[in-house]
Amino acid sequence: MMIRHHLTDSLLIAYAAGNLPEAFALVAAAHVSLCDECRAQLGAFEAVGGAVLEAGDGAVAMEGGVETCLARHVAPTVAARRSGIMPAPLAAYVGGGLEAVKWRPLGMGVRQAILPTSKHASARLLHIPAGAAVPDHGHRGIELTLVLQGAFVDSTDRFGPGDVEVAGEELQHLPVADIGLDCVCLAATDAPLRFKDWLPRMMGPLFRI
Amino acid sequence: MFAIVDQISFAKIRPLGELWAGFYVSRQNGEALVNANLNSGDQDWSALMMQVRDAQDSAAFAALFGHFAPRVKHFLMKSGATAAVAEDCAQDVLATVWTKAAQFDPARASVATWIFTIARNRRIDMFRRDRRPEPEELDWMGGDAPDQADAYAAAQEARILGRAMADLPEKQRALIQRAYFGDLSHAEIAAETGLPLGTIKSRIRLALDRLRLKLSETS
Repeated sequence: MMIRHHLTDSLLIAYAAGNLPEAFALVAAAHVSLCDECRAQLGAFEAVGGAVLEAGDGAVAMEGGVETCLARHVAPTVAARRSGIMPAPLAAYVGGGLEAVKWRPLGMGVRQAILPTSKHASARLLHIPAGAAVPDHGHRGIELTLVLQGAFVDSTDRFGPGDVEVAGEELQHLPVADIGLDCVCLAATDAPLRFKDWLPRMMGPLFRI
Repeated sequence: MFAIVDQISFAKIRPLGELWAGFYVSRQNGEALVNANLNSGDQDWSALMMQVRDAQDSAAFAALFGHFAPRVKHFLMKSGATAAVAEDCAQDVLATVWTKAAQFDPARASVATWIFTIARNRRIDMFRRDRRPEPEELDWMGGDAPDQADAYAAAQEARILGRAMADLPEKQRALIQRAYFGDLSHAEIAAETGLPLGTIKSRIRLALDRLRLKLSETS
């Protein structure tokens, strides 16, 4: 997988610090699952967290001792697994691969599936038929879009599998799926999108985008 | 201050293993710096953690608990937990260290870094009740015996990073701490010009280069 578009440092630091809204953390985890460069970068930012923890100026005496600790039960966790085009963390939300997604039509052949995350930001899977466009829109907050299959093109560049686009308030774009293969991506926003035309603008609240 | 390490020479010296690990060549003055004081003053937490991992050594664990539990408690209190909640969660975090010791890979992260990630995840559970989506696990260990040179390098980097943090002006150090205590949102981190990102990045280059190398071996 030839990945050209990566997570920004500030997103990776916030993810390493455990301070991204769940929907963004899902995009970060999915991208890192596919991208060795960002995985290494994340490991380095986590090392900064280790240094903060280790720094000599902070320790608060424990009430309970090590015996209390050894007697505690820790529930085992099961690691999720990759399923087709879905990296493991995403497969855990979808409940499997592409076939497990419960799509809803969004108009003009575009389909979406909203994923259950905390409400500070929302995450959805988008299915855009080859050659079709997602209505022209801008952003109030930021929008992260990770391509899982196919590719899309907008005024900034082309985004293929594994690429993540970080769109801020300044970007008004009309993403168009590449000819050849339907485009499937994971998108997360921390504010509703702003559509240019009245029809999607009316439908926005209806479809929770 | 610490010289930026020449990544090429680091990559080249790697096959020579332990003999060369910790032997960093400064780019600025070409002066060789042998770092032989791994165990002087500082505890080798990694070695203790390996004792826990490979032999369920409870004495080694007690030493780790004594050092890290009060730090995890402090970290959680700085993140907004009451003393009672932080105490309870710190116990949980250290219990996880004991139970999941098999997942510790000294070539991948220092003990402090590994415990930080466990504490961070516990904090997310505790405050936000969000799920924490985690990246897919890779088989980092490769199948070869654990790479001692890598483990040594990881411990060294942690030390270098720690000293670099201590050398930062108070304001900048405080900002980094706030980011990691969960006080700064992503937008604030992106906008915060006082965050010494350049300094941090030059210090974590070592870790970055080593992790990249390790990943390219894995895949």
